Amino acid sequence: MTKSELIARLSERYPHLYQRDIERIVNTVFDEITTALSRGDRVELRGFGSFSVRRRNARIGRNPRTGATVKVDEKNLPFFKTGKELRERLNDNLPGA
Amino acid sequence: MAERTMTRADLTEAVYHEVGLSRSESAELVESVLDELSETLIQGDAVKISSFGSFSVRDKAQRVGRNLKTGEAVPILPRRVLVFRASHVLKDRINGETTGTGED
Repeated sequence: MTKSELIARLSERYPHLYQRDIERIVNTVFDEITTALSRGDRVELRGFGSFSVRRRNARIGRNPRTGATVKVDEKNLPFFKTGKELRERLNDNLPGA
Repeated sequence: MAERTMTRADLTEAVYHEVGLSRSESAELVESVLDELSETLIQGDAVKISSFGSFSVRDKAQRVGRNLKTGEAVPILPRRVLVFRASHVLKDRINGETTGTGED
């Protein structure tokens, strides 16, 4: 499913809303999460999952092809942890579960 | 700089200010967005949100784990896990770079 398919599905669910507004709602949700993470904040959506930022320190890396050393700057990486309910529901219909 | 935690309530508030819906409708829409994402993933399908990232479901095979306290071998059953890959736009934003392109 892509973002436009998500918007289309929500439009079916909310026929009284303008598709344009649904588009703004979907964009707002992902923009807000992005903004929170860029401030270094966490985003916790119980049942779905949480987004956080993990810091990676600067290190000396190597170009695996040439073996040359390269300085890798410190950086922040986004990280997602699946929520308990969604994790369980993903496994609900597995034979082994 | 204290780290805060954003929740559904903050997303609801943002949606409320963005569109002319009531607070309860805004809350319902936020929930529906999460619902649609969850239902798609539970079906085993991937979700791709441009400029944000993609979620996909991966099947993990059974493997042997160990109870660290007793040292006894316990099977870890096959299971499905969710994997999130952040887009470059999101990674750049988190590192304080504004992406020049106006990609939605």
